[in-house]
Amino acid sequence: MSLTDKLKKEKVGVTATSEHIEKMEFRAKDWWKYLISLCLLIIYLFPFYIIINVSLKSFQDTTSRIQFPSPIYWENFNKVISSGEIFTGIRNCLIITVFVLLVEIVLGCMAAYGLARNQSKLNEVVRSLIMSVMMITPLTILVGVYSTMSNIHATSTYWGMVLVLSAFGLPLVIFLYTNFIASIPVALDEAAAIDGASNLQIFFKIILPQLKTVTVTVIILQGVSVWNEYTYAYYFLQKTEMRTITLVIKTFFSAVSNDYGSAAATAVIGMLPLIVVYLFLQKYFIQGQVDSAIKS
Amino acid sequence: MTEKRKKKLNWFYVPAVILMLAFIAYPLFNAIYLSFFKWNGYSSSKDFIGVTNYISMFKDKVFLSSLRNTLIYGFLCTIFQQIIGLTLALFLNSKFKGRGIVRTVIYMPAMVSGLVMGYIMYFFFQYRGGVVNDILAFLGMEAYDWLGNGTSAIGVIVFINTWQFVGISMVIYLAGIQGVSQSYIEAATVDGANSWQRFRYIILPLLVPALSSSVIYNLIGGLKLYDVIIALTDGGPAKKTHSLATYIANRYFDAERAGYAAAIGVFSFAMIMLISIIVNAYFRKKEVEM
Repeated sequence: MSLTDKLKKEKVGVTATSEHIEKMEFRAKDWWKYLISLCLLIIYLFPFYIIINVSLKSFQDTTSRIQFPSPIYWENFNKVISSGEIFTGIRNCLIITVFVLLVEIVLGCMAAYGLARNQSKLNEVVRSLIMSVMMITPLTILVGVYSTMSNIHATSTYWGMVLVLSAFGLPLVIFLYTNFIASIPVALDEAAAIDGASNLQIFFKIILPQLKTVTVTVIILQGVSVWNEYTYAYYFLQKTEMRTITLVIKTFFSAVSNDYGSAAATAVIGMLPLIVVYLFLQKYFIQGQVDSAIKS
Repeated sequence: MTEKRKKKLNWFYVPAVILMLAFIAYPLFNAIYLSFFKWNGYSSSKDFIGVTNYISMFKDKVFLSSLRNTLIYGFLCTIFQQIIGLTLALFLNSKFKGRGIVRTVIYMPAMVSGLVMGYIMYFFFQYRGGVVNDILAFLGMEAYDWLGNGTSAIGVIVFINTWQFVGISMVIYLAGIQGVSQSYIEAATVDGANSWQRFRYIILPLLVPALSSSVIYNLIGGLKLYDVIIALTDGGPAKKTHSLATYIANRYFDAERAGYAAAIGVFSFAMIMLISIIVNAYFRKKEVEM
């Protein structure tokens, strides 16, 4: 049995048991658990309720934000949708996220293959240096990044934004891939090498096909962080037509005098794509979060 | 595999390393270099002034309060997130129908950008028409200007960041708890351990790896806190809620003191690095001890 089959089997096993556990029945003696759960749900859903409420009220409506709007005022959404800015934002987010993920996945799994399969002293140093990059937060070197980016005319370009975000995301991606590749038996590589395969062939034919699950994790984790990125987007995407969702939402909120309604409507539309994807694929989101956090 | 063949494998990480050298390492050294200059950020001339920027940092009251706030955001959020996250994990690990829905909802705010969450929370903590004050009024209490003074605004920021990202600690702890072998717990039960003893002496020591991952994650998240502050207070009132991150951006772009901003950046880079290394080493030791 190949290793992929084995891994698949284990994965199936794990999900099967957890689903088995989830099949539980209501029990009356659990009432206090339901009471606490209800409180938690209220605490966590209330802010979402409020923003939806505000987005459905006209700015002349001075009732409390807690109160449900009557009548429902759709004009905010009409205004936001017809201006179209939020859709430009969604398009820009898609462009940047897709390309960042491409760069990170290609460079990341290649780098991880080299580091996992040649564990020399030099590569131990390279690996720890890459890992220490994870502790460099974007703002601390903002001045350096900004002047570098303007020197190479990379401000307000998609490629500049893609490369800088990829560089910051790569350490985590390399970390995830290295751990995974290290768990694939070297014997597979060696067998292929004896058959005359080059390193490149081994990488493409033996390693790459096994990286599907960890790639899903990378896509989810990095996808969310790039989609919601604000710091560098604010400084490096200064053209109006290049703004990401977060920047469009910021513009609406900064421009309001009293018109919170349309700002809220923008925020609602802007949050929607990621929340919908999350609700459908939440199992993978949570698994990805755990994989990235628990150290080897 | 032959040594020669193994050496050739190093070529595989060259592209990634080049990208990180160009966009992280070079800018880092560039920032260190610029921190020794008086520079407005765009003109072609800049004056070398040695360590003056670093000295003036410690005479700058706003810098000192941003430093204090950064530590508050980092450590206070981390402590709350661990306590609440672990409690939630224990609660949602107990068996009852529908617990999956509660987990899903608690993790959901982590999908929203910090900036947008800041704006949503502005609707809560605004003085006029804010939801919190509406509730206070309903209860017959007086309205409070939450964002009007430094102390309560800092408290609000800590609350929001804790609330938004506690789901991450929760899922890390849940994974940790589920990794504890049921046979240990059963053995302890047979030996007469009550539920507190089982938690304290069996589950908790085995949770140290989860604890250390969660702490490091939250700590770095809190120390680099930026977007919530920008959305909620923009450093105000009277620059009292700045973190080092927001203050760097403020000095660079609003005050046009690029050299000074670079110096603060280098300082906070060194500080975050040092704190992470110390915390990491502490947990390594704990893992061995427990």
